[in-house]
Amino acid sequence: MARADELARFATLAVFAAGLAFPFLASGYHIYQGAQTLIYAIALLGLNLLTGFNGQISLGHGAFFAIGAYGTAVLATKAGLPYWAAIPLASVVCFVAGFLFGFPALRFGGLYLALATFALAVATPQILAFKGFEGWTGGFQGVILTKPKPPFGLPLTGDQWLYLVCFFSAALLYWAARNLAKGRVGRALVAIRDHPIAAETMGVNAALYKTSCFGVSALYAGVAGGLSAIAVGFVSPESFGLALSLSFLVGVVIGGLASLGGVIFGALFIEFVPNIADQLTMSFGESAKALPGAIYGVLLILAMAAAPTGAAGALRMISKRAAGALGFR
Amino acid sequence: MLTRRTFLQSSAAAVLATSASRACADTPGVTDAEIKIGQTMPYSGPASAYGVIGRAETAYFKMINEQGGVNGRKINLISLDDGYSPPKTVEQARRLVEQEQVAFLFNTLGTPSNAAIRPYCNDNKIPQLFVATGAAMFSDPKHFPWTMGWQPNYQTEAKIFAQHILSTKPDAKIAALYQNDAFGKDYLIGLKEGLGDHAGMIIKEATYETSEPTVDSQVVTLQASGADVFLIAATPKFAAQAIRKAFDIGWTPERYMTDVSQSIASVMKPAGPEKSKGVITAVYGKDPTDARWKNDPGYKEYAAFVAKYMSAKDLIDANVVYGFGLGATMVQVLKQCGNDLSRENVMRQAANLKDLELPMLLPGIKINTSPEDYSPIRQEALASFNGASWEQFGELYMG
Repeated sequence: MARADELARFATLAVFAAGLAFPFLASGYHIYQGAQTLIYAIALLGLNLLTGFNGQISLGHGAFFAIGAYGTAVLATKAGLPYWAAIPLASVVCFVAGFLFGFPALRFGGLYLALATFALAVATPQILAFKGFEGWTGGFQGVILTKPKPPFGLPLTGDQWLYLVCFFSAALLYWAARNLAKGRVGRALVAIRDHPIAAETMGVNAALYKTSCFGVSALYAGVAGGLSAIAVGFVSPESFGLALSLSFLVGVVIGGLASLGGVIFGALFIEFVPNIADQLTMSFGESAKALPGAIYGVLLILAMAAAPTGAAGALRMISKRAAGALGFR
Repeated sequence: MLTRRTFLQSSAAAVLATSASRACADTPGVTDAEIKIGQTMPYSGPASAYGVIGRAETAYFKMINEQGGVNGRKINLISLDDGYSPPKTVEQARRLVEQEQVAFLFNTLGTPSNAAIRPYCNDNKIPQLFVATGAAMFSDPKHFPWTMGWQPNYQTEAKIFAQHILSTKPDAKIAALYQNDAFGKDYLIGLKEGLGDHAGMIIKEATYETSEPTVDSQVVTLQASGADVFLIAATPKFAAQAIRKAFDIGWTPERYMTDVSQSIASVMKPAGPEKSKGVITAVYGKDPTDARWKNDPGYKEYAAFVAKYMSAKDLIDANVVYGFGLGATMVQVLKQCGNDLSRENVMRQAANLKDLELPMLLPGIKINTSPEDYSPIRQEALASFNGASWEQFGELYMG
């Protein structure tokens, strides 16, 4: 058992080192993709706390992502705040929004909650374009942000700096989520998921945990949204459609429910598989040019068939088998 | 046929040839045998119906390449899916420029998508040519000299309507219904600009949100203003509702409707052929379903292209006509570039199109650009609906 823990620590450190070295080895475009992947990973961390650990399904996390992005954009362009202040502020707004949404969510279980959050995802683009907010949100025109430059004259490119901002945010949030999940709070969340009545009997305040979990999860999505706004340099209602919310759920399941390390695989899937699908259409000739969606679907089914418990589950199984073959227990 | 112009061009090209080999080496994506260009298209996602434009353009360049290419170079169009999501557009545009090393971007589709990549293109001096959107914001050479539109933008069209109103009904009272977004607002700006000193003729405005189920109440309000001209800047579903409602409540103004909604199948028929009779719209391309063009050489050229490089069902798709026109415009720019395919020269030549006529543009419509004018197509004709099809009338207008 100690050996498995050591192995996990070693793997975490290796991933950390690789992630840190990446922007100094890759080209600008790949660094941008890397930053996008980290942004998705942050959102997935939050959603995994909610769905994986606490068992609340959300089809609407794109909405919190959008609040984070628009909050950052508005604070940066209208209030003139620097991005490092705008993103945390916008994330706090997301926490409050998530916490408040958690209350009605208490009354819904399972599929009903999925539907309620689905409504959130559907409504978001239209609310963002709503006339009354146009002075802030720019309506359908969206908001253009200037990309942050490396501070203190650091010898970094803009892409490298952005990546590092995303990287350290992700590392910090991963560390926080891990501590949260490992301790008393994590056990309470899992207990509520697995047996709510037993959890309440044990003295767990289910309502408080569930709403707080929703809030924290929304905060993660908000940080991701804020980082996305400065990385892309542009927000508009079209950026936060239903597809975004659904892709988050795909990412959590692909990465592995209730596995925090798995989110990196989920994020890689969200970022790269649509590109791969687009590339594959080219090899099927001109007539397939309209089919990236279908190919994406096939790849998704294949991924689920190959690793029904997500990437994290598959890795666990592989390492168990390898350990068995080597004679470890 | 060797005209004086082609002779001058080819001799100029010969003179440039020596210096051009250096320029080639400097421009990414350009070799002696090929020019690589890129675009993003919504092949997946909510706007995937437009993906056929990318297919048509790819097919068009295939045809050009089989005919020997342009100045001996084949055109290699790399068309990537962005799912109509601006963050993805930024990523794909960077991939095209930084990984694929394309010379420039061509006909990237969508207003938000193009808005998202415009800073990147202009900061890095990469031509963002002939963007596929009618938003007027992309014809702004002063602030964004590397970005250019193509089709008549919404303001241009509204100005043309204004001209027609001023010439036929100088004492008109105008009521305007428009969608509350960039498209609708561009329209209103164009109308006011076109009316100039007579902008007071607009006596009532009403907006709607795309989330509203109907525009009935707006139409009733507009009728109550006593207007005798009704401008409809609405997307298909709402345009059909507006036409029907106005008729049903016995309001009979002169109706002008944006070309966004001129589809007979999805607007005029649902509104009712009787009720939509007499509606006026603006057109700039030849309608492939119109029998009038059957023996037109331009249409025949188009039909031959579709027959050989696309499929029969694509023939009547307005998006294919659009892609065909874009491909031809691009080829003309590359021809004018000669052997100097540097990004500066591509942009210079795109802003130096003179009286270019295309097979599927209405006769007389000429594409003109200059360093101060980034709106290639500014002319349109008016057409009125006769209950079955659009009938073009009058002369060409310049907006």
